[in-house]
Amino acid sequence: MKVITANFVTCAVKECKTSPLSFPLHFHDAELELQELDFQPEFIRNVVPRIDWDSLRVTANELGFPSLPESKPEGEALGDEQTLKDLHRLLLETQVMEGKLSEGNKSTLTSRRSLLHFVLLYLVHILQAPSAEAPTKTPPMPSTTVYDA
Amino acid sequence: MSRPEDILPPDLFYNDNESRKYTTSSRIRNIQADMTHRALELLDLKSPSLILDVGCGSGLSGEILSEVSPEDGGPHTWVGMDIAPSMLDVALQREVEGDLFLADIGQGVPFRPGTFDAAISISAIQWLCNAESSDVSPEGRLKRFFEGLYASLRRGGRAVCQFYPKNDIQRSMISGAAIKAGFGAGMLEDDPGTKNSKLYLVLTVGGGGLQGDITGVVNGMDDVNVLDARRKAMEVHNARGPPRKGDKAWIMKKKEQMEKKGKVVKSNSKYTGRKRRIAF
Repeated sequence: MKVITANFVTCAVKECKTSPLSFPLHFHDAELELQELDFQPEFIRNVVPRIDWDSLRVTANELGFPSLPESKPEGEALGDEQTLKDLHRLLLETQVMEGKLSEGNKSTLTSRRSLLHFVLLYLVHILQAPSAEAPTKTPPMPSTTVYDA
Repeated sequence: MSRPEDILPPDLFYNDNESRKYTTSSRIRNIQADMTHRALELLDLKSPSLILDVGCGSGLSGEILSEVSPEDGGPHTWVGMDIAPSMLDVALQREVEGDLFLADIGQGVPFRPGTFDAAISISAIQWLCNAESSDVSPEGRLKRFFEGLYASLRRGGRAVCQFYPKNDIQRSMISGAAIKAGFGAGMLEDDPGTKNSKLYLVLTVGGGGLQGDITGVVNGMDDVNVLDARRKAMEVHNARGPPRKGDKAWIMKKKEQMEKKGKVVKSNSKYTGRKRRIAF
């Protein structure tokens, strides 16, 4: 999974979406891989305003990257080639290949066939809650659930 | 023609064997590629964008998104969702560029609001019209999907969904659900009335709509009249109203009903339902 995707994924279950814990999802025991892609400055410029900078800093920290600047590059900073290249490397070229993903401190989702860009997203919830259409009033969330496919 | 939707739920129907067949068949690949190109045309993206591929399957359409040349505003970055693990497995083996999620679109779209520039869906959303268990309904699944999709697109974003409705009821159920979720919606049918007819649902989020024709296909074309089928249907409906007892339409309807019941009914002629001349 690309780091950029991790910055956008939340839990789709209704009760979770409103809680601040549902975003960002946290990585554990992540194994990274660098996948070279063509550098597209326009794409980065287009997407950076939508990035949640605080959670990107959290994710980068979890993945062991050197700390990012305090604030999101905006306006003129986005014209700087080096900044864009760094962001490109972090957001698009860094792939999390293996590891665990957890939501807040509630449930842990493991990757299937040890490839994390194939995430069993909120399947745990579907197994827990009898029906997502008519959610139970208090979602029965276990402290840790490991779903292994 | 048999519909896979009527046979099994999607995650079971597309098992390893079906997924491999689907991905290797050159006929399916060609059709998928054509539809993806058409959908991209309708999305009208000018710069590299972040796209959601709903029901991405083995990544046939995603591949095309990654391959769009820089002159045409590409290549795009995409994220795919699908419910069939085998399909995603094939996608992984083919090493597609997008990130893949095993998720049921009928459960919502698991992304932050305003994430995507656009969304694309090729031959997927008709699956939502089937409910696999008694505690969910097709309407509920469609509602959850379109509401989730609406939220996950940025303002001014567009979504193009190609789908195969089983009948008119499904067609209006799907477009109705999209409109209820807040989308501006338009339908585009290529090759209508033929076996190759393809239906595209074009959706816009807040302000993405064009005047007159939401799909934008007639943009820049001269001498094209846009016919609003809804308005015409309304006019016909208002002008005539329901048939009154005793008039020609009413008689014809009754005759048809009786015929269906198996009664002997006189054949229709130009005199059927005519008023008699006043003799005196």
